[in-house]
Amino acid sequence: MISDMKPEDIVGDYKEVILDLYQSISRKILYTEIETPYPDGKLIVSTTTPDGVITHVNQSFIEMSGFTEEELIGAPHSILRHPDMPPAAFQDLWDTVNKGDKWQGFVKNLRKDGGYYWVKATVIPNVRNGQVAGYTSVRRKPSRTKVDECIKLYPTLF
Amino acid sequence: MSFMFTVSPDFTPDHLSGWYIFNTWLQKQTDLAIHLEMYNDFHSQRDAIQSDKIDLIYANPFDAAMLVREKGFQPLVKALGESDEAIIAVNAENDVEDVVHLPDGLKVAYTEDPDVHMMGMIMLEPGDFDASNITPVLSDTYVLVAKHLLKGEADAGIFLAEAYDDLSKMIKSQLRVLVRSQISVIHHSLMIGPNLLDKKDQIQEVLVSMTNDEKGKGVLTSLGFNDGWEKVENDEMEFMIDLMDTLTM
Repeated sequence: MISDMKPEDIVGDYKEVILDLYQSISRKILYTEIETPYPDGKLIVSTTTPDGVITHVNQSFIEMSGFTEEELIGAPHSILRHPDMPPAAFQDLWDTVNKGDKWQGFVKNLRKDGGYYWVKATVIPNVRNGQVAGYTSVRRKPSRTKVDECIKLYPTLF
Repeated sequence: MSFMFTVSPDFTPDHLSGWYIFNTWLQKQTDLAIHLEMYNDFHSQRDAIQSDKIDLIYANPFDAAMLVREKGFQPLVKALGESDEAIIAVNAENDVEDVVHLPDGLKVAYTEDPDVHMMGMIMLEPGDFDASNITPVLSDTYVLVAKHLLKGEADAGIFLAEAYDDLSKMIKSQLRVLVRSQISVIHHSLMIGPNLLDKKDQIQEVLVSMTNDEKGKGVLTSLGFNDGWEKVENDEMEFMIDLMDTLTM
């Protein structure tokens, strides 16, 4: 399940927006301009069911997202969805992985405290006995040049 | 019938005799005739795998996908508490603090060890470096990677973390670590091929019990795996293969 963000979880001044997620679910997002830098040498790893429900997260995921493992397991991956990310990017992600291909892109992720962090994300379908059993997503530290390009590009994709 | 065992060519040279001792021990424990064949490089080892000559392998994570998905191998064990991590290091006199500030046309010294090279290149990505814009300084060993840095023949070096930590104090005092990976889930594994699969449970059992007797402990020490082996389940291997798959993109 995914719930609205709570003011008591937010650090710093925030803006408020209602974000339409998948299957006509909407969520109240409270977000700030505070960036958490991606730590050197680490990977953020998660796996999901074919429907995008989180089944596994590593320690780096927990630290960077600000959620506990209990809050993350069973939640939709869109719990990280930042309002600055154009829906077209996620449409492309799902179109690509549904074809059985790998997807890669630069993503601005939302933290529980309303802040954000940029990642270079790769998503691949986990094929077991010929069936897609879920997806693995691995995030690594992005190039700042590429992030700066995305900061200019993404607002034009809404 | 004799089975063929091989070890990923990136093993630590100090442990060469350890692998022969391990093979003798394994034959005694299992009553199987196993021949240990050491290949000098990844290329000749992969040729042997492709020709279905190999039945047992201590495999680099980079080769795990091919072994499982194309050749029907399954994981047995990994060294307990061990994982493959990489380091980006520079000459200690270099005052760069972040890979972002490394120079254009970066000269990078590295070995052919595929997973370490991959992790190292990922750690250089934040500085906009990739295979297309670096000058490779290919080195036979990690000691030579260090020497290239000391002589100024390379700006950055990619090391297996364990190999960097094992460098002499004198060499390390002239180098500086810029980034150390903390990935934890990429590791070498002992894997078993289709011809030996009916012995999988038996071999797995003797391996995980190695720390229970003095001889077994001695063999582990000669391999540098003092804590012994732990079982690797097929699901865990599939997870690592998927992870490697995302990283090679």
